[in-house]
Amino acid sequence: MNTFEILTFECETGNYHTFCPISCVAWLYQKIEDSFFLVIGTKTCGYFLQNALGVMIFAEPRYAMAELEEGDISAQLNDHEELKRLCLHIKKDRNPSVIVWIGTCTTEIIKMDLEGIAPKVETEIGIPIVVARANGLDYAFTQGEDTVLAAITHRCPEYKSWVDEEDGTEKKVLSVYSERNRDETFKSPNHPPLVLFGSVPSTVASQLDSELKRQSIRVSGWLPAQRYTELPSLGEEVYVCGVNPFLSRTATTLMRRRKCKLIGAPFPIGPDGTRAWIEKICSVFGIKPQGLEERETQIWNNLKDYLDLLRGKSVFFMGDNLLEVSLARFLIRCGMIVYEIGIPYMDKRYQAAELSLLQDTCKKMHIPMPRIVEKPDNYNQIQRMRELQPDLAITGMAHANPLEARGINTKWSVEFTFAQIHGFTNAKDVLELVTRPLRRNNSLEHLGWTNLLQPTII
Amino acid sequence: MKLAYWMYAGPAHIGTLRVASSFKNVHAIMHAPLGDDYFNVMRSMLERERDFTPVTASIVDRHVLARGSQEKVIDNITRKDKEQRPDLIVLTPTCTSSILQEDLQNFVARASISSDSDVILADVNHYRVNELQAADRTLEQIVRYFLNKARRQGVLTRSLTDTPSANIIGIFTLGFHNQHDCRELKRLLQDLGIKVNQVIPEGGSVEHLQDLPKAWFNIVPYREVGLMTAKYLEREFGMPYLSTTPMGIVDTAEFIRQMEKYVNSFLSKEKVNYESYINYQTQFVSQAAWFSRSIDCQNLTGKKVVVFGDATHAASITKILVREMGIHVGCAGTYCKHDAEWFNEQVQGFCDEALITEDHTEVADTIARIEPSAIFGTQMERHIGKRLEIPCGVISSPVHIQNFPLGYRPFLGYEGTNQIADSVYNSFTLGMEDHLLDIFGGHDTKEVITKSLSTETDLTWNPESQRELNKIPGFVRGKIKRNTEKFARQEGITTITVDVMYAAKEALST
Repeated sequence: MNTFEILTFECETGNYHTFCPISCVAWLYQKIEDSFFLVIGTKTCGYFLQNALGVMIFAEPRYAMAELEEGDISAQLNDHEELKRLCLHIKKDRNPSVIVWIGTCTTEIIKMDLEGIAPKVETEIGIPIVVARANGLDYAFTQGEDTVLAAITHRCPEYKSWVDEEDGTEKKVLSVYSERNRDETFKSPNHPPLVLFGSVPSTVASQLDSELKRQSIRVSGWLPAQRYTELPSLGEEVYVCGVNPFLSRTATTLMRRRKCKLIGAPFPIGPDGTRAWIEKICSVFGIKPQGLEERETQIWNNLKDYLDLLRGKSVFFMGDNLLEVSLARFLIRCGMIVYEIGIPYMDKRYQAAELSLLQDTCKKMHIPMPRIVEKPDNYNQIQRMRELQPDLAITGMAHANPLEARGINTKWSVEFTFAQIHGFTNAKDVLELVTRPLRRNNSLEHLGWTNLLQPTII
Repeated sequence: MKLAYWMYAGPAHIGTLRVASSFKNVHAIMHAPLGDDYFNVMRSMLERERDFTPVTASIVDRHVLARGSQEKVIDNITRKDKEQRPDLIVLTPTCTSSILQEDLQNFVARASISSDSDVILADVNHYRVNELQAADRTLEQIVRYFLNKARRQGVLTRSLTDTPSANIIGIFTLGFHNQHDCRELKRLLQDLGIKVNQVIPEGGSVEHLQDLPKAWFNIVPYREVGLMTAKYLEREFGMPYLSTTPMGIVDTAEFIRQMEKYVNSFLSKEKVNYESYINYQTQFVSQAAWFSRSIDCQNLTGKKVVVFGDATHAASITKILVREMGIHVGCAGTYCKHDAEWFNEQVQGFCDEALITEDHTEVADTIARIEPSAIFGTQMERHIGKRLEIPCGVISSPVHIQNFPLGYRPFLGYEGTNQIADSVYNSFTLGMEDHLLDIFGGHDTKEVITKSLSTETDLTWNPESQRELNKIPGFVRGKIKRNTEKFARQEGITTITVDVMYAAKEALST
């Protein structure tokens, strides 16, 4: 039973399906309300955004493609002039506070110097231009958000604190966000400023804010903020903590380039993860958590109906959005058995606290550590699934229907990317998603339609 | 560089993959970066496909960019050859990886040596052709490859089948109602005693392509995909082909008469005559001819519409609306720029203007200007229609999950004529609703929805006229509002009263 202790990582061929990282545009343009995202790529990129992701660009969109044509590829046209022309057009139509240029595989291959062109165009048109290289050569799916946030990190104002010579009080430059959230009862927190990073819907951000407020911790800002003009201040005294497991580059940039102090915590997904996340932040600030255990217990009690459905069931993660380890840890805590955690990329340092919580959870629940497979091979995974017959496969969209036709219940991994899954409040939503195929099948069970393939094609 | 928000036709590799994955036991390898393999998602989700899409990406990553693919592509080809034993492996790059200018033909040659499968490189320029052109080309390439192979092996003959037979070319995955159309075509041929020799690529086997020339003639239902193959077969084997789309009663009859001609050209005696079949189907089996005569269709007379779609569907629907229903087509358009000449010729005399563009905003502006009673277009036009509060029937790709209905909804043949008539009729606001409009009545008490495209605020509606406007049923309120405002502006009126509304209505009806 020594498998309990050892964390092993396998690496397969990387022949797996996932979404292109430019898909982050779909949620980031909604999150940053005064932004415009310009994806600089080919027809292939544009058709992806329009079709596979189902994000159709209809009325007054805040993102567009700068479609590279033959003249751009063969360098007959001047990139600087072309991009300036398009950005002026965008300025006239939409006048955003920031234009985010999303570099793609094509701009990498033709070595378009986006970082070199951006400052020039920025001065010429008078709108900040942020360059993020969300290309599929280096990144997978949700890592697109990582590249954008890492790029925006450079644009956050500098945090300064000083003692005002006139009245002798300490003054700080904080974000607009914290100014707005400042209420009378909670004026001056006795801890250093805390900035959270990761794109979550604003309701989820306020939920996490209020969980921390219960522990007398005030969040001074979020990266990204609702508006580009409200980015949080960063600097040596600022502590930062991530809410998404795929933001290792942003974490590194915050530490190295902005000298922030990173709080390495498990991620606030599931009641167990949320508690561990809050506890870790408290411990860094020397605060003793109040009523946290009770809060966690209360949430678990609310989840009882779901847990009854899940206990003893098995799940297989094919690997798609890098939320896999956190979700697997939560589901193990719910009593499920995880056969395999496929994951496109594993940053063992950024995910260290999460991985160690996974180990602890496995120990606590008396189940062996699942195998973690980086850069999986979908074909091999399907062969393994055939052997293991899991009760549920969490998979990308390309494999869902074929697996269902073979009697394996599936849930799309992208749903966890788009649903609200963070914090105590949303634990229920995660389990609502996970149990849906099981509940669906419970109601269809007596029909016996488990195999819907003609014998020859199995 | 161009600022793009939406595309009617996808990139070239999608066309290639649609053809490759439609054949049975053919595997495609994409030479592409992570995430470019979203074709698998489209096929699996839109078609609700039960099988794994036979497409694997050989991933182009940072290493490949730095040092070239080396053995990677070849390894992936030989691996698929061993794992799934396909008859054919098609290698294709994407827009992205085609810039790398790796010698993919060389990879194919080397992989062929160690594979049992045939291996070919899809020969397409990814920056010059779109999805439909690439599909047409890939289908021709595959057919040509296997016929040449058969010729080399000496098994290729043009020995005709004993009874009349035809190949159906161009039915494939993710096509607009293709599966239903294929079933309808097969039924039509069966009724006429014509055997279906082969359907390609959907469900076809590349091993059987050598039997294509056994058919008496070829049928290309949609001119977007299949025409190149049919022309190749005509050139090589003298096989005649039909490219008339059997859509609508008139063209279906024309299609059947052409088949009669081809069949008879091979028969020395006992010639066939399909005229009685055409008459029977037209008058009694298809409901569409009766619909055209019915009182319902009378209300359609002179209604103005806009049609937009691929060349085949847009041209056929335009002709049906005008010839078979007496509807006025204000504008007929297509995004198939490469087929502009044919399209213009087809719709000439059937519409006020023809529009050939890939730019959806141009289509939207045209619709806003013409203010038709209904639109027949793609999913894009459906959304334009929503904004302008004009109903839209979807008649063409690009496809949406709604275009894969579980029920039987062909566009071709006699059953197709029924489907089209239904869809046209249901797209209009008609009959009693029309009369309600005429008398400005209604029972809808909801607030006025001010979300219209006219954002000018130089006009004010007084409370009485507001109330009057509220009484008008929601589905036409926007139009009445726009018309009244247009009238007021022409007359230099700034405050709209109930009288102005009536005056506007009178002005419009004269």
